[in-house]
Amino acid sequence: MASQVLSAIIVIVVGVGGCLAYFWGANKLVDLVFPSRGVSGAAAVDNLRRQGLIRPWLFIGPAILILCVYLIYPVISTLIYSFYDKGGDNFVGLSNYAWLASDQEFHNSLLNNLMWLIVVPAACTFLGLVIAVLTDKIWWGTIAKSLIFLPLAISFVGASVIWKFVYEYRGDGQEQIGLLNAIVQAFGGQPQVWISLPFWNNFFLMVILIWIQTGFAMVILSSALRGIPEETIEAAVIDGANPFQIFWKIMIPQIWGTILVVWTTITILVLKVFDIVLTMTNGQWSSQVLANLMFNWMFRGGGDFGRGATIAIVIMIGVLPIMIWNIRQANKEGGR
Amino acid sequence: MAQPSGKSAGKSFFGRFGVHLAVLFFVLLWTLPTIGILVTSLRDKDQIVGSGWWTSFASSTQTSATRLAPPSAQVEKDGKFVIEGNLFETPGTSAVSAFGTRSAQPTEFKAGDVADLKDGVTLQVNEDGSYVYSSPVAFDGNNGRRVYFAATVPPKFTHENYRTVLFSEGIGRSFLNSLTVTIPATIIPIMIAAFAAYALAWMRFPGRALLIAVIIGLLVVPLQMALIPLLELYNGVGNLFGVPSKTYLGIWLAHTGFGLPFAIYLLRSYMAGLPRELMESARIDGASDFEIFVKIVLPLSFPVLASFAIFQFLWVWNDLLVAMVFLGSGNDQLVLTGRLNALLGSRGGDWEILTTSAFITIIVPLIVFFSLQRYFVRGLLAGSVKGG
Repeated sequence: MASQVLSAIIVIVVGVGGCLAYFWGANKLVDLVFPSRGVSGAAAVDNLRRQGLIRPWLFIGPAILILCVYLIYPVISTLIYSFYDKGGDNFVGLSNYAWLASDQEFHNSLLNNLMWLIVVPAACTFLGLVIAVLTDKIWWGTIAKSLIFLPLAISFVGASVIWKFVYEYRGDGQEQIGLLNAIVQAFGGQPQVWISLPFWNNFFLMVILIWIQTGFAMVILSSALRGIPEETIEAAVIDGANPFQIFWKIMIPQIWGTILVVWTTITILVLKVFDIVLTMTNGQWSSQVLANLMFNWMFRGGGDFGRGATIAIVIMIGVLPIMIWNIRQANKEGGR
Repeated sequence: MAQPSGKSAGKSFFGRFGVHLAVLFFVLLWTLPTIGILVTSLRDKDQIVGSGWWTSFASSTQTSATRLAPPSAQVEKDGKFVIEGNLFETPGTSAVSAFGTRSAQPTEFKAGDVADLKDGVTLQVNEDGSYVYSSPVAFDGNNGRRVYFAATVPPKFTHENYRTVLFSEGIGRSFLNSLTVTIPATIIPIMIAAFAAYALAWMRFPGRALLIAVIIGLLVVPLQMALIPLLELYNGVGNLFGVPSKTYLGIWLAHTGFGLPFAIYLLRSYMAGLPRELMESARIDGASDFEIFVKIVLPLSFPVLASFAIFQFLWVWNDLLVAMVFLGSGNDQLVLTGRLNALLGSRGGDWEILTTSAFITIIVPLIVFFSLQRYFVRGLLAGSVKGG
C-alpha cells in the first residue's frame, strides 16, 4: 500500500510537472528562436508576428492531440468497425446492421431506451421545476435544496445499492426489510419482487436516475426562476391572475430556454446510461438498454466488436440531433 | 382580492402550510434511501435481516432458534427428569415474549406458560430466558432439543461492519486505487484545458471558430463510442512496447480525453468574459501571452477552475464504465465502484456488507459535495449544456 501511495505521488509530480515543463519550455523556446526584445525594430515586429502565429498552437496543441486520439479517432474507427466481423478482420458490409434490425433483444432495448428517454427527462424537469418553485417560498428552502441536490454526488453504482435495498423483497408473511415492500404491506398490499416484474421494472430503474438527476434540474431551473423580473409577475397579479396562471403563462414562457437545456442535457445522459441497468438487473427480465447491450456484446459472452460498434453507432445517431442543435446554438452566440 | 406582493401571491394559511408539507415530503423522499443504508451499515448483522432499518431505534422482536442443554445435563427431581438452563448466552439483554418447539409455529406459547409437549413432557420458558424442561422418563440422545423463541432485542449499533469491509472485503485497497485514478485524472485535464481555453478565448489564429464548434460537438459524444477503438489502440501500444495495456497511465489519459471538451467549453466561456482592457493594458506593457495567462487570467479564473475540478473529481470517482474497460479487475487495480459492483454479484443478500461498502464509496463525494457545494453549483450553472 505504501508503495502504491508513493508511486501515485511520483506519477502525479512527474505528470503535472511534465505538463508545466512543456508549456513553459515551449514558450521559452519561441522567445529564444524569435526574440522580440533586444533586436532591431523591424526584426522585432517580424518576430512578434511569427510568435503570434506559433504560440496559439503551442497552447492548444496538447488539447487537440488528446481530443483527436480519445474522441475523434474513436468515432471514425467505431463507424468502420461496425462494418467488420467479430474480430474486426473481415469486411461484412451491412450485415451487423441487418442482424441488429432482426435481433429481439435489440428491439427490447430500443423500446426500453425510448421509454427512458421520454420518462426520465420529463420527470426530472417537472419535479425539478416544482421543487424549485416550492423551495423558493420557504425559509428552509436552501437546506431542502441541498438535500435534494445531494444524490447528484453519488455514483450510479452507489445509488443502485441504495435503491436495491429500498426494493428488497422478503417472502410473503416475513417481515419486510425493504422500505417499499414494508409500505406496501403496511397498507395491506402484497409485497413484490419489484426489479424482476417485466415492463414495470424499467420504471423502478428509472426512479434511480430521476432521484439522481432531479437536483440538477432543480438548481438550473431555480436560478432561471430567480432571473424572472419581479415586475412581470406583479403586473399579472394586478390583472387578477391566480397562482397557476402566473406559473403557466408568465413564469414558464420566460424560462422556456432553460427548460430545453435541462431537458436535452438529461436526454444525453439517459442515452449513455449503463451503470444502473448493469448493477440492478444486467438487462434481465427484459430491462435491457442500448448502452448495456453494447457492453454485453463487447466484453461479456459476446466478445463481438463489430456488433458492439454497431450498437454504439445507434447511440451516436440518437445524440446527433442534440449535437447539431448545440453547435448551432453556440454559433448563434457568435463564438464568443 | 388584492394581494400584498408578487411573490406571496395566493398564500393563505393552508396554502403556506401545504408548501411546507410538500417540500418536507420531497426532502424525505430524497433522503430516506440514503439514510437507510447509513443506518443499516451501523446495525448488527442479525438485526438487519430481522427487521426494517426504520425500526432500529426501537427494540425489535426477533424470532430465533436455539437448543436446550443436552440430556447429559438432566437431573432427577421429584421423580421427574429435569433440564434447566437459559436460552441466552448472556441473560439480561433481551426478553422472551413467546416460544415454540415446531418451526411452523415458533411462537406457539407465551413466555411463562407451561407448554404440554405430550406424554407428560413439559417445557416452560420464562421472560428472562430461563427454562424448565421436564419429562417422566429420562431424556436420551446427544443433542439438546431445538426450540424457537421470539425475543425483544434492544437496539444495537456497531462499527463491526466497517471493520470487516475495510480490511477483509478489499474495500480499503480499492479506496486507494480510486484515489490513485482520480487525483491525476483531475489535475491533468485542468492544465491542458486552461491553456487551450485561453488560446480559444484571447488569441487570434485561423480555424478558431471551427475548433470551437468541434469541441462543442464533442461535448455530447457518447463514451461508448470510444471504448472499442481505444481498447484496440491500448492493446497495440501494449504489444509494441511489451507493457501491460491496462495501466493507470492509460486510464488517466482516457479520463483526460473524455473530460477535456467540457473543461475547455467551461473555461473558455468564463475566460472570454474577463474584461478586455485588462489583457490589452498588459500587452501594451510588453507582456507575452504566456505571462498574461499565468499572471492575470489564471488567478482570475480560480472559481471556474475549482468548479471544473469538482466536476471532474466526482465524475472520475463515480465512474464505472471507463474503469471496467481500461483498468484490470485484479485486487491491485479494482476501483471502489467496480468493487461495489462485484460485491453486488458475489454478496447479493449480505446487506451488512453491501450497505457498508456503498456508504464508503459515497462518503468521499458527499464530503467534496458539502464542502464545495458553492463551486459545484456555479459550474453547473455555467456549463449546463454538457450531459454529465
